[in-house]
Amino acid sequence: MASKAADVIGTQPLLPQPWVVSEVTRETDDVVTLTMDPGSGAAPMVFRPGQFNMLYAFGVGEVPISISGDPAHEAQLIHTLRAVGFVTRALCALQPGDLIGVRGPYGSHWPIEQHAGRDIVLVAGGIGLAPLRPAIYHILSHRDRYGEVALLYGARKPDELLFPDEFDAWRKAGIQVEITVDNADACWEGRVGVVTTLIRHGRFERTAASAFMCGPEVMMRFAAQELENQGVTPDKVFVSMERNMKCAIGLCGHCQLGPEFICTDGAVFALPRVQRLMTIREL
Amino acid sequence: MGPKRDASAFILPVARLDELFAALRSRGYACVGPTVRDAAIVYGDIEHSADLPRGWTDDHAPGSYRIKRRSDNAYFGYVVGPHAWKKYLFTPERRLWQLQRAGAKWERTDPPVEVQKYAFIGVRACEIAALQIQDRIFTGGQFVEPNYAATRREVFVVSVNCTQSASTCFCVSMDTGPEVRGGSDLTLTEILQPEHCFVVRADSERGDEVLASLDLDCARSEHSHAAAVGVDHARRQSRRLETAGLKDLLRRNSESPQWQDIASRCLSCANCTLACPTCFCSSVEDVSDLSGDHAERWQRWDSCFNPDFSYMHGGEVRRTTAARYRQWMTHKLSTWFDQFGSSGCVGCGRCISWCPVGIDITEEARKMREAEGVQS
Repeated sequence: MASKAADVIGTQPLLPQPWVVSEVTRETDDVVTLTMDPGSGAAPMVFRPGQFNMLYAFGVGEVPISISGDPAHEAQLIHTLRAVGFVTRALCALQPGDLIGVRGPYGSHWPIEQHAGRDIVLVAGGIGLAPLRPAIYHILSHRDRYGEVALLYGARKPDELLFPDEFDAWRKAGIQVEITVDNADACWEGRVGVVTTLIRHGRFERTAASAFMCGPEVMMRFAAQELENQGVTPDKVFVSMERNMKCAIGLCGHCQLGPEFICTDGAVFALPRVQRLMTIREL
Repeated sequence: MGPKRDASAFILPVARLDELFAALRSRGYACVGPTVRDAAIVYGDIEHSADLPRGWTDDHAPGSYRIKRRSDNAYFGYVVGPHAWKKYLFTPERRLWQLQRAGAKWERTDPPVEVQKYAFIGVRACEIAALQIQDRIFTGGQFVEPNYAATRREVFVVSVNCTQSASTCFCVSMDTGPEVRGGSDLTLTEILQPEHCFVVRADSERGDEVLASLDLDCARSEHSHAAAVGVDHARRQSRRLETAGLKDLLRRNSESPQWQDIASRCLSCANCTLACPTCFCSSVEDVSDLSGDHAERWQRWDSCFNPDFSYMHGGEVRRTTAARYRQWMTHKLSTWFDQFGSSGCVGCGRCISWCPVGIDITEEARKMREAEGVQS
C-alpha cells in the first residue's frame, strides 16, 4: 500500500552536503576557522552576511554556525567556531582533507545593502565577531557606499581576540577599529572594560548610523541601551540571536524566542522585534 | 409522499459498517482508528467493526482517565484517548538518512518518502481542527515536511460527530466542536434511536464516491433529529477556556508568580506535549556504529519540558520548570497566533486528563485572568 512519491524527495531540506576541509586556522586556544570547498555533489554556496549553516561532524552531530567568510567568494565556505560542546569539539578537530556535512544557508541576514549611505557601527563580543566579518568584507568591497564605519570589539582576554591580523587592513580601508578586553596582563596596552564602554569612542554620526551587533545577549542588551542613550534609535539597531536548533527550517520548535523562530525569522533581527523578549529571563 | 427525507444524509445500519471499511480498503486505504488496548482507547489498525471500542466509554477528570463499559453497544461512545492522529502523519521516530564512509567519500542513503494511504476512522471535530493546525505548521510555511505533506494529502477522513462530552472537554469555547464543520470526507453521527445506526454525510468528492458505492437509504427526519439532539447533548460542557484577550493575557504575564505556583505541581514529565494533538516539536539524534564508518540521523518527537530542549553552550536556557511550563502554555495560547495564525489549543482536554498531577490549562488561564483583575 506504500508508494514512493518521487516528486517530494527534491524538497527534503534536512540532508547535509559533503564539503572538504581545505584549511584549518587556529585562531585562539579553542577557536578554529575552517575553510572548505564543495565536495562531490555539493554546489558552491551563495549566502548573505549574517546567515548560518548547519555543520555536521560525521556520526557526532550537527550545530548551527554563522558563516564568517566573504560573501563575494562563493567557491569557498568559511566558518569560525569555538570548541565548547561535543559537536563543536569534533568539528574543531577536523583536518585538511576531511569531509564535513553542510546544509544551508539559513536565516535572515545583516541588512547591510539596505543601509548603504549611512554610517555603520559594528559591535562584537567574543566569537560574535565571526558572524559580523562577512558584513565587514562587504563594506570593504563597497567602501564608498558607506559613511563612517566603526568596529567596536570586546573579548575576554587579549589572546582571545579573533582575526587580529586583519585589523590593520580594516583600518587602512577607513574602518575605525576599537578593541577592549575584560581582563589583561601587564603586556596589554589597549583598553580594558566591557564593549559597551567603546560606544562613546565610536566616530559615527549618532543620528545617521545603523548598528549591527553580535555577542552574548547581556552584552547586546546593554550595548543597545548605550546606543539609544547616544541617539541611535532601536529601529536602526540589528542583533544576531542564538538558541538551540535542530532543523534550522522552523519545524523542530527548539529555537523559539517568544513568537520568533530564531532559525527562520532570525538569526538577525531588528532590535524592536526582540528587545522586550531579551529582557524576559529563561525565555 | 412517504416520510420526510433528508436528501444529503444517509443511513448506515450498524450491520453494514464493515461494508464501509471494505469500500475504503478496496480503494487502497489502510483503515486506522479507535481500538481498546491496555485499558485505553488508542488508535490502531482497523480491519473490521469488531476492532472498534463497541460498548466502551471513557471517564475523564484532571489527572484521571478510565475506560468502562457502556450500557449499550455504541461504537463511538467514548470521547478522546491518549493518542492523536499526528502519530500517523509525523511519526514519533523516523530515520532521516544514513551515511557510509568509504575512504574520502560519503555514500548517503536517503530513505524514500513512504506514502501510506490512510483512512482515519472516527476523527472528532476537535481533532480535525488539530489536523488543520498541523497542516499549517508542516505544509503552510517556507519549508514543507515532505513525509507529512505526502501522507496527509492521501488521508481519507471518516469523522464522527460527538454526542457526548467528557468533563475535560472544552471544544465549544474553542469553537472547534463538537460538530464537524469541514475537513472531512465522510461524517458519521452515531444514533441509538429510533434504531442503532449511523447518519452519514459526504463532505468531499471522494466522500461522495464512497458513499454512492454503499448505496444507502436516505435518512428520515427522525434520524436527522436524533443526530442533532446527540450533538446538542455534546455541546453541554461545563469546562471552558475564555479566549477573549487570551493571547495578550499570556503575553503580559511572562513574569507572573503563577508560573512558580504551577511549577510546584508540574513534574515536567512532557505527557501534555505528547498527548496534545497539535504539539509538533522534534529533535534529532545522530548515531554511528562500532566501526565508526556508518552514521545515521533519527528524528524523534521532543518536548519543551525536556531539559535538553533549550540546551546551548553553557547550559539550558529554560532551567526551571516554571520557565518550561510558561513556554508551553504561552506558546499554545499566545505566540501560536503570531506563528501560525490561530490558537494552538483545540479544547480536546487531553493535557488535563493525562497530566499526572491534574494541572488544568483552562483553570490556570482563569486564575491568571483573575489575578490581573485583583491587581487592576
